[in-house]
Amino acid sequence: MAQLHRRRDGRVLGGVAAGLATHLGIPVLAVRVAFVVLLLFNGLGALLYAVFWAVLTPADEPNRPQTGRLATLVLAGGLALLVIMARIVLFGDPSSSSALGWLFALIAAGAGIIWHQTAAASRPGMAGSGLLGVLTGPGRAGFLLRFVGGGVLILGGIMGLLAVVAPLTGGGLSAVLNGLLFTLIAMAGVGLMTAPLLWRMFGALREEREARIREQERAEFAAMVHDQVLHTLALIQRHTTSGSTAYRLARAQERTLRNWLYKPSGSPHEKFAAALEQAAGEVEDAYGITVEVVVVGDADTDERFQALVAAAREAMVNAARHAQVDSVSLYAEVEPDQVNVFVRDRGVGFDLANVNGDRHGVRGSIIGRMERHGGRAEIISAPGEGTEVRLRLPLPAVRKENGA
Amino acid sequence: MSGTPVPGSTEAGEAGRPLRVFLVDDHAMFRAGVRAELGGQLAVDPSGEGGPPRSITVVGEAGTVAEAIQQIVALTPDVVLLDVHMPDGGGRAVLEATRRQLGSGTTVRFLALSVSDAAEDVIGLIRAGARGYVTKRISAQELATAIRRVAEGDAVFSPRLAGFVLDAFAARPEVPLADPELDQLTTREREVLRLLARGYAYKEIARELYISIKTVETHVSNVLRKLQMSNRYELSRWAADRRLI
Repeated sequence: MAQLHRRRDGRVLGGVAAGLATHLGIPVLAVRVAFVVLLLFNGLGALLYAVFWAVLTPADEPNRPQTGRLATLVLAGGLALLVIMARIVLFGDPSSSSALGWLFALIAAGAGIIWHQTAAASRPGMAGSGLLGVLTGPGRAGFLLRFVGGGVLILGGIMGLLAVVAPLTGGGLSAVLNGLLFTLIAMAGVGLMTAPLLWRMFGALREEREARIREQERAEFAAMVHDQVLHTLALIQRHTTSGSTAYRLARAQERTLRNWLYKPSGSPHEKFAAALEQAAGEVEDAYGITVEVVVVGDADTDERFQALVAAAREAMVNAARHAQVDSVSLYAEVEPDQVNVFVRDRGVGFDLANVNGDRHGVRGSIIGRMERHGGRAEIISAPGEGTEVRLRLPLPAVRKENGA
Repeated sequence: MSGTPVPGSTEAGEAGRPLRVFLVDDHAMFRAGVRAELGGQLAVDPSGEGGPPRSITVVGEAGTVAEAIQQIVALTPDVVLLDVHMPDGGGRAVLEATRRQLGSGTTVRFLALSVSDAAEDVIGLIRAGARGYVTKRISAQELATAIRRVAEGDAVFSPRLAGFVLDAFAARPEVPLADPELDQLTTREREVLRLLARGYAYKEIARELYISIKTVETHVSNVLRKLQMSNRYELSRWAADRRLI
């Protein structure tokens, strides 16, 4: 048999009749006629329809929150209740005993809402099940609203029943108040009894959720260590005879791990600092040296910044290839009106007069590139003194300092 | 107060006396490595004024916070090499407890040693009173120089720490300064820090700026004082945010 849902397709009002018909396997017309006939009995048909409407989930989106509809229903129920109470209390209307059906329906509606909420909430991925799942679920406020709404309906129904029954036993208004009092006391009692239990269950669920989060983090960490670090360690053990390979592997792994631990600030395609760090990492990997990167300030990258990064990369590559050092310093500072990048090594250095003319890397990739983008490159070196490449890129005055 | 003694005055009589160093690190292998490396080192006079080199003696080591506190108070070494990340509160717990027990006038100085290059990790330690920070990749020779520098009342910054300080003290006109003297770097201090971040040694900085190494040391010490005392938002935020474990 089909699940009981409201149906969006083929609906006239809320899709209740269509859903019922599908569920029971009878023509939809019969259900609609039944509702209309029931309407004659003190409007019972309308009330039943409203109850079904509140309780049933739409077929296509079974977990949609129903707060809006519920509010309407509670309002309507409350109004109906007020009218009935007024008739009973003020006019002693004898015909009001026919309101019994209404009141029972009210109780049923309240219970139905609560039952429905608890059932619908035990969806996959949620802690615990049933009522507890709802209590700790994401829509806790909505749940509370529905729970209270359902409770109000039940309470109202019980009060109404007492009021209807009381005149037969000769009570009147005081009986209504007594009934209200007794109901409240009874509910308080039930609340007191269940409160410690609920509290304990809350606590257990909270702990369970925290444990699950911890376990998730641990699993993520374990996966990273397994995929990366253990793998690298195994590779290093196989390359014990080659010191430079082991060094390179260890350095690359260290960089990956650091990136993972200290979440870099942005993607190399968007941020200047990240792009520089990526370039430095590539040089480290390719030449087995260490690049000490220090970046002060940051900016969104554009093609001028990309040219600057490329020039800096070329300077690092030159240092790695010719300076005979195992460590290079890279310092970049983003200021409101300019960016400066320094690539420095303490290597063998060279005589600028002998080299500048013919080495394409320096001329084209560094000096030329910087000049094409309105910047400047300066190379300071002397044999035995190490080398420093200074790159400067002026920024348009309108560019605002970005996160520096 | 971080009472920086006038460089060269109090140490004049001690020149040549071995530097007594204490190691705090929860990795026994690392302690053994540093001990072996430092054993043969002579720390040359970093100020370049031709003072006699001082040998380095490792007088003790500890692998836990409690042990470290007890032994440092008992031994009062010249310099404590302090690991940042340790169980039970890390280097900061050691630093705070020993400084409390020894009083503010103590001559025991602390040099933070961290595997992490993230200077944010070390800011808490610096603000708690450490006089410098080096990474564990530092060479034995450089470490010896750093130890001597710290022992003689100066400060030791790694390039990355220098970069971080430049960042933290960046001029932001919209931020009001509570104490301009403490919350701002002078142009000269900025220049020195920039060169440090560019990988220059003190000697090279001195040559670049046409000042003496002593002057460079004084600038760095002043920056350290500002780093420790300033209430700039960036610094207090780091100190509060970072849980050093």
